[in-house]
Formats: sequence, structure tokens, C-alpha cells
Amino acid sequence: MIIAEKKPIEEIIEAVKDYGRILILGCNECVTVCEAGGKKEVQVLASALRMYFLKEGDEKRIEERTLERQCDHEYLEELREDIDRYDAVVSLACGVGVQFAAEKYMETPLLPGVNTTCLGANEQRGVWTERCQACGSCVLASTAGICPVSRCAKRVLNGPCGGSSDGKCEINKELDCAWQLIIDRLKALGRLEDYECVAPIKDWSTDRAGGPRKTVREDVQI
Amino acid sequence: MRLKCPSNFRIVRLPCTGKIDVIHILRSFEKGADGVYVVGCREGECHFTSGNFRARKRVEQAAAILEKIGIGGERVRMYNLSSGEAPLFVQYSTEMDDHIRNLGPNPVRNAKGAGEHAA
Repeated sequence: MIIAEKKPIEEIIEAVKDYGRILILGCNECVTVCEAGGKKEVQVLASALRMYFLKEGDEKRIEERTLERQCDHEYLEELREDIDRYDAVVSLACGVGVQFAAEKYMETPLLPGVNTTCLGANEQRGVWTERCQACGSCVLASTAGICPVSRCAKRVLNGPCGGSSDGKCEINKELDCAWQLIIDRLKALGRLEDYECVAPIKDWSTDRAGGPRKTVREDVQI
Repeated sequence: MRLKCPSNFRIVRLPCTGKIDVIHILRSFEKGADGVYVVGCREGECHFTSGNFRARKRVEQAAAILEKIGIGGERVRMYNLSSGEAPLFVQYSTEMDDHIRNLGPNPVRNAKGAGEHAA
């Protein structure tokens, strides 16, 4: 899922201080699961902002709402009738949701309430780690299910670099070397001979190198 | 056992302190409470294993937010005791009462409109 973390409240205060009617808009999907922008976080942020501005003698109207998703037209359309009631919207969705809302409601400032960090997994309670960089050309079949694109600092595709030491990466002693993990898993699978196969030059045009990407599925279009 | 306890606090009963959320604490302040203290079971003695540890984390989160918005993180505290320790409950209540009196009223309560909701 998409991982995000809450922006510092001071940054949000600074961003909204000039607006009188503010909507705090949560998203029920990824940011709810990673506890950065769901209904609970909307409530907490709205309450904190109300108290802060009240204390400063600047009573604002701060309302709360959480949509099922902010990356789909039909859910964002639910705001259509109410959007003019607000001077600004603080979206706690990932960067996708903030932008999609901004594209839809051209005349309302859309402010991000979270920092979107990566596509990751919930490794343990309160810990999320990157697992995918959405490179658009998955190599997991030949790397024992462990991604060297997202988990290797250099994104090397043919074995570890010289910075791999005791199974750890040279950039951080707590970071596993992705290629060590791949080799360990190939051994467990009894497929160590796959390690000898030289990976072809990867087509990076499907990654960000090819510019913003677009996926078109004519089979599901109506 | 007849023990004298400060009478100026309201008890909100929960099935376990693990039920408490940050928003419950913040709403109390938004409604004008001067302080909030959460009283959970002793650490290591939670019937649900980790309810009181979860509560402590949430109290810390609420305190951090209150500090950042200028209400004061020291207005919220967590205490641990067993259900058989009434004298300790009274001691903590008195301690919290003194502590909050020293801090003075919640700044939100003095602000426009909040007084009518004061808890």
C-alpha cells in the first residue's frame, strides 16, 4: 500500500492560518491503514487546529470528512455540493488524492496534510518499509521474490555490489543487502543456479525515466 | 474505607484503558477541561495484555499535540494502579488536582465560545 506520515502540525498551522473555513479531508484507504490520514487522524488534526486557533483568538470553522477514496472520481464527487463552503481543504490522502482533488476543484486551495513516503509493507506495528518502486517492469520472478529495484540502494540487478558486508548494506548497517536476501531465498528454494543467469539490461522507460506514466486498459473501459 | 478525594473531576469509565484514543483526550480539552489523567492497571497486569501500554502511548501522543498547540502537554498524565489501591487513587487524584491548579485554566476555556462547554 501507499505509505504516508503525518506532517508536523506546525507546518499545517502555517499553511491554513489565512483561511477561515477549512475542511480536513481524510481517505479511507492506504493512509487509514498506515494511521496517517484516516478518520481518526482527521478528528485529531481538526480538534488540534480548532483549539490552536481558538486560543489565538482566531475562531475558524474547521470541519471533518473522510471519503472512501480520494483517487476515484465518484468519491471525490461527493464533495461537489459542499466544496464552496470552504476556503481551503487539507487533504490527508497521499499525493495522488491531493492532486486528484485539486484537479477536480480548481478554485479551492488543496493543502497536503501528510508526506507520502513509499509503497511499503507493514513490517511490524508502527514500522513500514519500502517494497516496491512501481518501476513498471517487474523482475521479482527472477530475483526470488525480493526486489533489487526498491530494496537495493543502487538498484543493481546482477548480484551485490562491493558494499555488501555481513548481509548488510554499506549505506546503513541496519539495512539488509537486497542481494543477500535474494541469495538466501534462492538457496531456500533450491534454485541457486538462477543466480548465475545474467539479467538483461532493464527497460527503465517504464520507470520514472520515461516521464509520468499512464496505464490504459481498453478491456475495462466502457 | 472512607477516603477524601477532590470532587472537581469527572470519571469516564472504560472497559480497559486500551480503549482510549487521542481524540478522547483532545475533545476533553476542546470542551474546556483543564487536565486529563488516565488511570490504568499496573504495567504487566493488563487483563488484555497491552491495553495500558497502548493507553500510555496515546497519552504521550496527546501530550505532544497539546504541547505543540500551546495548551501544554503537562496537562495530561497517565497513572497505573490496581483496582484494590483506593488510597493510591486518591493520592494520584490529589496530585493531579494540585498539578493542574498550579498550571492554571485551560487557555481554550477562556477563549470565545469555549466557556459554555466547559467540563
